Amino acid sequence: MNEQLAFTIEVFLNGLMAGVLYALVALGFVLIYKASGIFNYAQGVMALFAAMTLVGIQNGQVPFAHLINAIFGTDVHKFGWHVHSFAAILLTVIVMIALAWMVQQFVFKHLVGQEPIILFMATIGLAYFLEGVADLMWGSELKALNVCASEGNCLPQGMNVWLEGTTYEALGYGFFIDNLDIVASIVAAVLVAGLVIFAQYTKQGRAMRAVADDHQAALSVGVSLNFIWVLVWSLAGFVALVAGIMWGAKSGVQFSLSLIALKALPVLMLGGFTSIPGAIIGGLIIGVGEKLFEFLIGAPFLGGATENWFAYMLALVFLVFRPQGLFGEKIIERV
Amino acid sequence: MFYREAGDFSTTYAQDNQTFPIKFDRYRYYVVLFIAIFVIPFIINDYWANSFLLPFLIYAIAAIGLNILVGYCGQVSLGTGGFMAVGAYACYKFMTGVDIWWGGELLFRLPQFNIFFSVIMGGVMTALVGVLFGLPSLRIKGFYLAVATLAAQFFLVWLFNRVSWFYNYSASGQINAPERDLAGILITGPQTEPWATYLFCLFFTIVCAVIARNMTRGASGRKWMAIRDMDIAAEIIGVNPLRAKLTAFAVSSFFIGISGALFFSVYLGAVEVGEAFGIQKSFLVLFMIIIGGLGSIFGSFAGAAFLVLLPVVLKIVGVDMLGWPTDIVAHFQLVIVGGLIVMFLILEPHGLAQLWRVAKEKLRLWPFPH
Repeated sequence: MNEQLAFTIEVFLNGLMAGVLYALVALGFVLIYKASGIFNYAQGVMALFAAMTLVGIQNGQVPFAHLINAIFGTDVHKFGWHVHSFAAILLTVIVMIALAWMVQQFVFKHLVGQEPIILFMATIGLAYFLEGVADLMWGSELKALNVCASEGNCLPQGMNVWLEGTTYEALGYGFFIDNLDIVASIVAAVLVAGLVIFAQYTKQGRAMRAVADDHQAALSVGVSLNFIWVLVWSLAGFVALVAGIMWGAKSGVQFSLSLIALKALPVLMLGGFTSIPGAIIGGLIIGVGEKLFEFLIGAPFLGGATENWFAYMLALVFLVFRPQGLFGEKIIERV
Repeated sequence: MFYREAGDFSTTYAQDNQTFPIKFDRYRYYVVLFIAIFVIPFIINDYWANSFLLPFLIYAIAAIGLNILVGYCGQVSLGTGGFMAVGAYACYKFMTGVDIWWGGELLFRLPQFNIFFSVIMGGVMTALVGVLFGLPSLRIKGFYLAVATLAAQFFLVWLFNRVSWFYNYSASGQINAPERDLAGILITGPQTEPWATYLFCLFFTIVCAVIARNMTRGASGRKWMAIRDMDIAAEIIGVNPLRAKLTAFAVSSFFIGISGALFFSVYLGAVEVGEAFGIQKSFLVLFMIIIGGLGSIFGSFAGAAFLVLLPVVLKIVGVDMLGWPTDIVAHFQLVIVGGLIVMFLILEPHGLAQLWRVAKEKLRLWPFPH
C-alpha cells in the first residue's frame, strides 16, 4: 500500500475522531438552542466547570479552599478522602442540575422574550461568571483527570496497539489511533442514541420537542416551560460533563478546556443550529477537513497551525451559499 | 431647575441642529473638554496615565467603533481583537517603511511615515479589511454572522503570527514601536512624557467621538438604525443594505484600527499578537458597549471607563487593602464582570447610558416628580 495514501487515511481517521469530540460539544449547543432559542456560548465553560468539579470531588478538595484561606487565614485544602469515580460523576451530575436550575431561575427567567442576541450576550457573561466561580472553587492549576471503574481499570490512554498491529499485518502500515478517541466515539454514539430515544419516546422528551416547535402552543396544552428549560439546561450540563471528561482525560483539566466551545461554533454553523444530525455530520466534516487541510496544505505551504481558523473559514464560505447551514430550518423572513 | 430647554431659543438652523440642544449639556461638554485638555496634562503622572487614562481613551475609541457596528447597525461582531491587530500592524509597517518584495527582490520601500499618519493609515487599512470581512453580512445574519466574524479574529491573529513580513522578520516575532516624535516631542518609545502621549490619544479620541456622534445622528446613522431594527423593512423603504452595512463595517473598523494602532504604538510599545489582540480583547470591548449602552456614544465612554477602572479598583481593594493573592482577585474579577454583564442585561439592557438619560429626565422635571 502506498505510504503517502496510508498516511492520509490515518490523518482522515484521526480527523473523524476529533470530529466526534467537536460534535459532542456542539450537541449541547443544539439541545439548548432548539428548546429555548438561546445560543449558549457558556457550553465550553460548562464542560470546564463539570470537569473541574469532577476532579475536585474525586480528590476530596475543599470547595473555595483558596478563598477561605485568604479570608480566615486558615490552611485547609483537602478533606483527605478519595471518592470513587462513579459516585463522583453522580455528584457532578447533581451539581450540574443545580447549576441548570440556578441559571434558569436567576438569569433566563428574567430574560424571556428578549431578542436572541441579548440572550447570546448574557451567555457570554455567564461564561465569564462560571469560569471565575470554577477557578475560585477548585483552583486554576492544571489537573489530571482519570476516571476509573476500579483500581487499574481506568479510561485507556495512549495509542491502540491492537489496531496498529492488525493493520500492519493486513496492509503493511500500522494506523496510529488514540485509545481515548475510540472510547470517546463510542460514548458519543451511545449518548446521541440515548438522547434521540429520550426525545422520541418519553413524555418529557415529547414535551421538549413541543417547546422547540412552538413555545406558546406548548404552553397552551399545559407544558411547563420553566421545567422544560431546566431539563434542557441539565441535559446540556450532562453533555458538557461527558465532553469535559473526554477532553479532560486527553489533555488535562485547565482553562483551555473552555475553548472547545470555540471549536464547536463552526460545527454548528455548518450543521445548522437546530439539527442534531447536523451537529454530528458538521463535527465530522470539520474534524476531517481541518486535519486534512493542515496535513496536505497548511503544514507544507502555509507554515502550519491552520487548525485555529480553517474551520471558521470553511463555515464562512459555506454559509455564504447556504445561510441556514446544512440541515438548519429554512430561514423565512417577514416584515 | 437649570437643566431645561425653557428660555433657550434657537434663531438659526445651525442652532437648531446642534449636538447638545440644552444649554447645561453644552456647558458641561465645554467644561469636560477644558479639563481634559488644559488641566489634566499638567497634573498627570505616569501611574495614572498608564493604568487609567491611556487605556481609557484608547478603549473608548474601540468601543465607539464597535458600538457603531453593533449598537447602531445591529451587526454583532466578535472580531474586534483581530481588527485592532490589523491597525497595530499596519501602523507598524507604515512607521518603519512599507517594503514591497517581488520574486525575492526588494521592489521598493515607502518612506517612513510620521507617527500621526501611521496611526491614520492603521485605521484606513483596517477599514479595508473590515469591509472585506463585512461582505458576508449581506447573506449571513444574527448568530451566524457573530460566529463568522470569529473567522476574522482567528485568521488575522494567525496571519500576523505566521507571516514574518508583518513583523519585519524580527526573531522574536514581536513588533516594537521605534521612537517617533511629533514636532520634536516624543510620542512613542520608552522615553515619552505622560502628558505628550495623553494629549496624542486625547486628540484622536475627541475627533473620533465628534465624527461618530455626527455620523450617527445624520443620514448614515438613520440608515444604520433602520437596518438594525429590521433589515428587510429598511430595504423596502429604500435603504440600500449593501451600502449601509458596508459603510458601518468600514467606519467601525476605521475607529477600531486607530485604537489598535494607538494601543500598540503609544500604550504598549511592544506587542505579541496572540496575547494583546486575542479573543479576550474582542469580548472586553463588547462588554464595554453592553455595560455602557448599545447605541450611545456616551455609553461607549462610560463602559470603557468602567471596565478599565474595575481591575484597578479591585487590585487596590483586594491585593493592597485585604492582602489577598493576586490570582484570587483575578478570578473575582471574572465573576464580577460576568455577573455585571448578566445583571445589566436583565435590569438595564441599555446600560449606563440609559441610567444617565433617566437622570437627565429627572433633572429636567426637578423639583416636580412628574
